[in-house]
Amino acid sequence: MTALPANDTAARPQADPEMMTGAEIVVRALVDQGVTDLFGYPGGAVLPIYDALFHEPRLRHILVRHEQGATHAAEGYARSTGRPGVVLVTSGPGATNAVTGIVDALMDSIPLVVISGQVPTHLIGTDAFQECDTVGITRSCTKHNYLVKDAAELPHILHEAFHIATHGRPGPVLVDIPKDVQFASAPYASPAQARPIHAYHPRVEGDPAAIAAACDLLAGARRPLIYSGGGVINSGPGASAALRRLAGLIGAPVTSTLMGLGAFPADDPKWLGMVGMHGTFEANNAMHDCDVMLAVGTRFDDRVTGRLDAFSPLSQKIHIDVDPASIGKIVRADIGITGDAGHVLEGLIAAWNRRRRTADPAALAPWWAQIDAWRARDCLRYSPAKDIIKPQQAIERLYALTRDHDVYITTEVGQHQMWAAQFYRFQEPNRWMTSGGLGTMGYGLPAAVGVQVAHPGSLVIDIAGDASVQMTMQEMSTAIQYDLPIKIFILNNQWMGMVRQWQQLLHGERYSHSYTASMPDFVKLAEAYGAVGLRAERPDELDAMIELMIDTPAPVILDCRVERAENCFPMIPSGKAHNEMMLGEDVMPLVDGRLV
Amino acid sequence: MTPDLPDDAPASAYDMGHAVEAENLATFAVLVDNEPGVLHRVVGLFAARGYNIESLTVAETDRNAHTSRITIVTRGTPHVLAQIEAQLHKLIAVRHVQDVTRDPNGAERELSLIKVRGSGPERVEALRLADIFRAKVIDTTTASFIFEITGAPAKIDKFIDLMRPLGLVEVSRTGVLSIERGVTTL
Repeated sequence: MTALPANDTAARPQADPEMMTGAEIVVRALVDQGVTDLFGYPGGAVLPIYDALFHEPRLRHILVRHEQGATHAAEGYARSTGRPGVVLVTSGPGATNAVTGIVDALMDSIPLVVISGQVPTHLIGTDAFQECDTVGITRSCTKHNYLVKDAAELPHILHEAFHIATHGRPGPVLVDIPKDVQFASAPYASPAQARPIHAYHPRVEGDPAAIAAACDLLAGARRPLIYSGGGVINSGPGASAALRRLAGLIGAPVTSTLMGLGAFPADDPKWLGMVGMHGTFEANNAMHDCDVMLAVGTRFDDRVTGRLDAFSPLSQKIHIDVDPASIGKIVRADIGITGDAGHVLEGLIAAWNRRRRTADPAALAPWWAQIDAWRARDCLRYSPAKDIIKPQQAIERLYALTRDHDVYITTEVGQHQMWAAQFYRFQEPNRWMTSGGLGTMGYGLPAAVGVQVAHPGSLVIDIAGDASVQMTMQEMSTAIQYDLPIKIFILNNQWMGMVRQWQQLLHGERYSHSYTASMPDFVKLAEAYGAVGLRAERPDELDAMIELMIDTPAPVILDCRVERAENCFPMIPSGKAHNEMMLGEDVMPLVDGRLV
Repeated sequence: MTPDLPDDAPASAYDMGHAVEAENLATFAVLVDNEPGVLHRVVGLFAARGYNIESLTVAETDRNAHTSRITIVTRGTPHVLAQIEAQLHKLIAVRHVQDVTRDPNGAERELSLIKVRGSGPERVEALRLADIFRAKVIDTTTASFIFEITGAPAKIDKFIDLMRPLGLVEVSRTGVLSIERGVTTL
């Protein structure tokens, strides 16, 4: 570089890159990526970054109580905003504690950028204090990861990490930064100046010929079905809007995976409810009997398909996914379209209009009549009791009393999660945060923390189970510290309810280690954290307690004591087909194939 | 009930595999960014998903572009092979994947070092066969030869079979390399 006089700045084509330490580069890169909040826990190998954070007012750091909590909080943050969640943890146990949430984000396609500290480069491989092979451990559970060995690489890697996490099929990206790299000085590069290390340009637009073929297939369908997934949510609100328009144009019923709830409004007459193992009778039968299936942003998970060789045997399948590896992975697609859900749905709508297709209500009438017959079975029906709260009733009342609020729902994993999916009626995307792929008990409470950080004025409720919630209960302390008025609505049946249900139905009623004999007093536990504890034991006090929970401007745990032996139905037993569902005893019976 | 299910249907979805299909050998040429851990990503993908690796070769092929070329010979049903290709594509550090088995224009070569111990007429016969196979002698003692042979994997298999009764004691193989004939490139 030519030396220039110090005062001759106007002659420079561009200012010299600003020199800063690796730690300062991290903080600046986060700010330049538009990050405003991050979740983390300090430790020796990450202290330089925490030192840089100390001087940066534009970044709000939420101190969690366990690194798993940081990852789930970041997931909740990402899922409810559409922006990537950011996590900062130290080396060794900091990184390994974060692994569960990283896998969870990978399975559910949640964009995370996880920054981990590492021991100094000269100590790597020596079994140093708090050393672990973080990039080795996380290689198979991140979308991509990096070990940064040179501070000059750091800004480029960080900007690329955000690009990879948020483009194509979203996922977690980890950047492992040794402590000496955090101290070293290097020139900063802004997102605009950053040099890509990898060429990552996933396909966004669908193939027009495939879209046209899909359009024709849908136009000829007599029993069409739209099966939508989390990819529609990930694609952004525009994709949900396009899904609604397309369903209206072709007149098809819509079902969705657990992850996809909210993309299509539950109040729409075309909504069938969730599909799969605990999906509705009408959704699963429609899946089995349809003649054209439009699968969008979904991956034919085993909890959706049930028995594969009996899965929707009569249908031709159109599969839209941003991840080409998902197309044809489980179920053969007659038409596979690689592309972003929103773009491809818009492409389908444009093709439908351009080709002057119209839905033929008369041709679809028999299909809708069949669907109405399935609906008449009233598959979610249950009997309320006088003295004891039914878990289904608890969710129904929660929905009735919160539906007019600006509300976000998270869950843990188990029966309560399935009841929430069945009975809480989502009308909008990004309102429902649950651990679908990995099924991580303990997800919901920290996820609620993350959602509340992103939406301080909204009502954020974790529909929890008594077993799950104890896995990450310590994050109540985080909620108190940052005045996050999350509501923990525990359906307390003293069992690991879903385990108990499987043991009852599939393991000869041998209830091996699924009962929690020593449950904490959740009301006192809430008070110990400085939160408000409430309890509902009888149906006649349920509404008042839910209202009190909603109206309390502080974190609340509502210990809702429910029927202990209630099972979650409908259920497709493992290895069965969609039309072989087990139904609850309260559904409308059939006599000679007719409702009575 | 679904009447079309067989009686011996497994009780659990976990017991069900894909329908039995014939497995084929396939060779994938994979161009990757030459960076730490990239081979682990590729091998880890195979290990995590239960795919086989029959042979694997890797070396940097373009120092300026920082690219390495990996050649993997694997085995699977058409469905599995399509998944392998798609999953390889999904890795961020993978620039290009090509299934070169399907390519009639593909050339495949492997190099092998083969040690044969023996004396008398067997020793002479080994040398004669080596000549027919255009194998080079790269080391010799009064009691042994080391042959270097290059060719398609089937040719090397054949040579090894012929050496077996003549005192074959050790084999080292590079695994398959592939390249497309003509002017086109990967």
